[in-house]
Amino acid sequence: MAGGGDLKLLGVWTSPYVIRVRVALNLKSLPYEYVEENLGSKSALLLASNPVHKTVPVLLHGGRPVNESQVILQYIDEVYASNGPSVLPADPYERAAARFWAAYVDDKVGAAWQGMLFTCRTEEERAAAVARAVAALQTLEGALEECSKGKAFFGGDAIGFVDVVLGGYLGWFGAVDKMIGRRVIDPAKTPLLARWEERFRAAEAAKGVVPDDADKMLEFLPTLLALSAPKSK
Amino acid sequence: MDHQQEKVQLFGMWASPYVYKVKWALSIKGVEYEYVEEDLWNKSRQLLKHNPVHKKVPVLVYNGKPVAESDVIVQFIDDVWKGHGGRILPEEPHERAMARFWARFVPDKLSPPIWKWFTTAGGEEQDAAHDAAMEQLRVLEEELAHGGNEFFAGDSVGLVDLSLGALAYVIPMYEEIIGERLVIEERFPSLYAWMGRFLAAPPVKDHLPPMEELKLRFRAIREYFVKNA
Repeated sequence: MAGGGDLKLLGVWTSPYVIRVRVALNLKSLPYEYVEENLGSKSALLLASNPVHKTVPVLLHGGRPVNESQVILQYIDEVYASNGPSVLPADPYERAAARFWAAYVDDKVGAAWQGMLFTCRTEEERAAAVARAVAALQTLEGALEECSKGKAFFGGDAIGFVDVVLGGYLGWFGAVDKMIGRRVIDPAKTPLLARWEERFRAAEAAKGVVPDDADKMLEFLPTLLALSAPKSK
Repeated sequence: MDHQQEKVQLFGMWASPYVYKVKWALSIKGVEYEYVEEDLWNKSRQLLKHNPVHKKVPVLVYNGKPVAESDVIVQFIDDVWKGHGGRILPEEPHERAMARFWARFVPDKLSPPIWKWFTTAGGEEQDAAHDAAMEQLRVLEEELAHGGNEFFAGDSVGLVDLSLGALAYVIPMYEEIIGERLVIEERFPSLYAWMGRFLAAPPVKDHLPPMEELKLRFRAIREYFVKNA
């Protein structure tokens, strides 16, 4: 077990970027204190820890902040290397592939996610954003086939980097599914991803962290919309 | 890792800052490679095969296996040639996290207002972009000054320097073309000094784009945006 003190995570329960960090901490069985932030009234600790972006997630390790979710994921991997499997593979080429697809997820799926919930002004705009997400997911369907080599996850037998990065969005996809009356991860269009979603949600590390109550998320949405600043990645 | 039998190719384009970022990383590690210049209006079949998702440069092909996206390529280079040449990322995990964080700051927060300033004809909108760029430069200046090193993470070119790098020659070109200063020495002493140091650094100085051609290209870009404002 790496030293350096205790772990504290500042987050918001619906944030895909926070959820992915929580899954990663669970995968390493790391105890941590979770602090739910009110984005309308950010804590002094949050503002002091992430003065550049003032957003969650922020991981505090022995009081020292680490910001930006993909940076945090790699930090956890490196510091707690002896605490069980890493989300990033050991081979340099496979690591590059994982980083490439993780960047693709946040770039294409992330932008569409913002569009389908936070920046759309009409149902037409929401549908257009969903279509962009579906297109990106169709590319990811191919990536899943390639990366998994027939196994359960992008990371193979175990949950990996791309799995946690994409998995963070599942809670919101469930809420959008309810809003629009059809699935964003459509089993007809992306069958591998649809099965992947079930496996991810059922994983021990995802329990209690990947939201499964679409109504609760939809109730929270107006609060988030009222806040002007978009969340950091 | 056996580096005897390896083949390294870099697909690029002479004006792309992302291609230079990869060239500098390869230079830090002393890697020999074949460079392939792409005509982006007429992309080669090889490029499209190696980067079907984005169809862009740079692409690094290592023993026939392609790696795309400059940030991914740079970390790949650091992983493959571990122990060779200079370190691109620091050793200690918290310092690595800081390097990755600040490397993202450049494309996420700094480059957009600078590009906006360069591609806006004038008036209030351009002034606002200039102010926004100055604000982000102030954040970076503070970070650089606080570290007290020659480069962002130490005394040699690393990940953050590579990320910011192209701006060391791009900003002065924009300033000349627009006729307005951005990185003024008195306001940003650390950044100003860093720019000169970066352009003179061993992995960088012999791997810079042809400046006159680049300036012509930027002039044409600005003219296009001013005309279509």
